[in-house]
Amino acid sequence: MSVLVYTENWDGKFKKLSFELVSYAAGIAKMMGSAVTAVSIGKVDETELKKLGNYGAAKIISVTSDQLASLDNQAYTSVISDIASKENSSVIVISNNNTGKAIAPRLAVRLKAGVGSGVSKLPLNLNPFTVYKRTYSGNAYAHLVIKSPVKILTLAQNSFDLVETANNATVENVNIAIDGSLLKTVVKDVQKQTGKILLTDADVVVSGGRGMKSPDNWSSLVELASLLGAATACSRPVSDEGWRPHDEHTGQTGKIIAPNLYIALGISGATQHLAGISSSKYIVAINTDKDAPIFEAAQYGIVGDAMKVLPKLVEAVKAKK
Amino acid sequence: MKILVCISNVPDTTTKIKFAEGNAAIDTTGIQWVINPWDELSLTRALELKDDAASGVKSVTVVHVGPASSEPTIRKALAIGADDAIRVNGESADAWYVASQIAEVVKKEQFDIIMCGIESSDYNGSVVGGMVSEFLGIPSVSAVSGIKIENGQPVLTREIDGGKEVVTVPAPFVAVVQKGIAKEPRIAAMRGIMMARTKPVKLIEPLATEPLTQVVVFEKPAPRAACKYIDADNAAQLIELLQNEAKVI
Repeated sequence: MSVLVYTENWDGKFKKLSFELVSYAAGIAKMMGSAVTAVSIGKVDETELKKLGNYGAAKIISVTSDQLASLDNQAYTSVISDIASKENSSVIVISNNNTGKAIAPRLAVRLKAGVGSGVSKLPLNLNPFTVYKRTYSGNAYAHLVIKSPVKILTLAQNSFDLVETANNATVENVNIAIDGSLLKTVVKDVQKQTGKILLTDADVVVSGGRGMKSPDNWSSLVELASLLGAATACSRPVSDEGWRPHDEHTGQTGKIIAPNLYIALGISGATQHLAGISSSKYIVAINTDKDAPIFEAAQYGIVGDAMKVLPKLVEAVKAKK
Repeated sequence: MKILVCISNVPDTTTKIKFAEGNAAIDTTGIQWVINPWDELSLTRALELKDDAASGVKSVTVVHVGPASSEPTIRKALAIGADDAIRVNGESADAWYVASQIAEVVKKEQFDIIMCGIESSDYNGSVVGGMVSEFLGIPSVSAVSGIKIENGQPVLTREIDGGKEVVTVPAPFVAVVQKGIAKEPRIAAMRGIMMARTKPVKLIEPLATEPLTQVVVFEKPAPRAACKYIDADNAAQLIELLQNEAKVI
C-alpha cells in the first residue's frame, strides 16, 4: 500500500503545487502508516527530483520519454495507472488544475476508483474514507465518502501548507515506451509566455475590474503586481471586453484561485467573481461603492477610486523596498 | 458529424444555498434551476458550428442524466437550438454514475464529438467528461477554450500553463470545455421556445450502476472577519498592514 502523488514541473523545475501535493500525500501516508511514492513525467534532473524527498516522498519515479513531451490524456493515464498498480497504491493524489482534471477522471475509470475533487484538508476519516471538498462554487463544503478500494484525490491549489519532513528519497529512472496507438493528441502550435507568473501558482494576485475604466489604465496595476512579485488577473467583464486575456479571468467560469493575498481593484464582487477568489487567505478591496459585495469578502478595504489609489500603493511599495 | 452536449441541471449561480435533511441534502425550496454555465457555453459553440455549413455538423443533441423534474432545463437547451435531447431517467448520484450512463448513450447513438463542461457549479467535480472518454476508450482533450472544424478535421485550442496549444485529435473524442469556447451563452428566442415544445426528448432507463462516492453532510464556510477600512487618502497604510499585520507581502 502506498500513497502515489503525480507531480508537475515547469521547464524542468517543480511547481510549488508539486511540493504541496507531496506534503499532503505525506500527511495521508502518516495517517495510514504507509509511504509516499512520487511520479514525475518529463526531464527533471536528479537534484531537483530529490527536492520531493524534502516534503516526505520516500520514492521518486522519474519517467522520461519524448513521446510524453506534451500532454496526451490517454498516454499519461496509462503511465500513471501502470505505476499505481505496480506500487499497489490505494490513494492517488493529483492537483485540481487543468492537468489534474484531465488525468484524474481517466485514471479513476481505469482503476475503478472514486474521486474526491478539489479537496482542501487531510481526510476527515479513513474508515469510511471521508474527504472535505468544495461544492456550490465555494458556498458550501461537503464531507464526501469514497467507497472504492482505490481513492483519487485532486487537491485544490494553495489549500495545503508545505510541510518539510526530510526523507532520504530513492530515485528510480524509468524509460517507458508508450503504445503509439494511444498517442492521439497532436500539438500543431504552442503559444506560451515564459517568465510570466502563473496565476494559479501565485502567492499574490493583483486584479482589476471595470473600475479600471479602460485597458489603457493597466500599466500601474501591472507595475504594482511586478513590485509585489504578483500575478495579474481580472474580472469577467474585463476579459469579455478584451481589455485583458481570458486566461486572467478569475471567477466561477474562469480561474479558481486561492492565493495568500488577492487585491481587487475596481471589482464590485459579483457572486460569480467571489466564487473564484473566496478561498484566498486575504482579500483587499478597493472600490468606489461602499456597498459593493466585495467588501463583505474582504479583510481590508479602501472606499475610493482605484485609479487614484493605485499610484499611492505603487509609491508605498517602492518606499518599502 | 454529430455533436453530443452533456448538460447538468444546477441551481442558478446567485442562489443562496441552504440545506435540509440534517445538512445531508440541498434545500430545493425556491431554487431556480439552470443549465450549468460551462455546458451552456458548450451548447452555444456546438450550435455555432452547426450554423456554419462548412463545418459539416449535421446535428446537436443534448444529454442529461436526471429525473423528470429536470425537463425544464432540457427544454431550455432545445429552445436555444439543440435538435433533440436524451434524458437518462436516473438520479445523478455521483460522477461515476453519470459518466457511465452517458457512455452508454454514446455507445448506442454514435456521436463524433462529445462536449462536456469542465466543471459543474454544484458538486464542482470536474471529472464527468474525462470519465466518459475513458469508459469509451476514446481520446479526450481537456481545458478546451476553442473548437473549430477545418476540412472535416476538428482543431482545438486548449489552455496550458502560461499559454495555449492548438491540437488535433481524431473523432470520436470528448472535448472538456472551459471558458472562452463561446463569448456569451445563446439566448432562446420566442420561436425557439415554441419549437422546443415539439422537439423529441428520448427517455432512456439507466443502467444499474453503483456510485462510488456519497456526500454525507454539507457545511457552510466559516464567516470571514469584518472588513478593516483604510482611508483612501492614507493608502500607504494598507501596505503597512499587509506587511506587518497580515504578513502576506
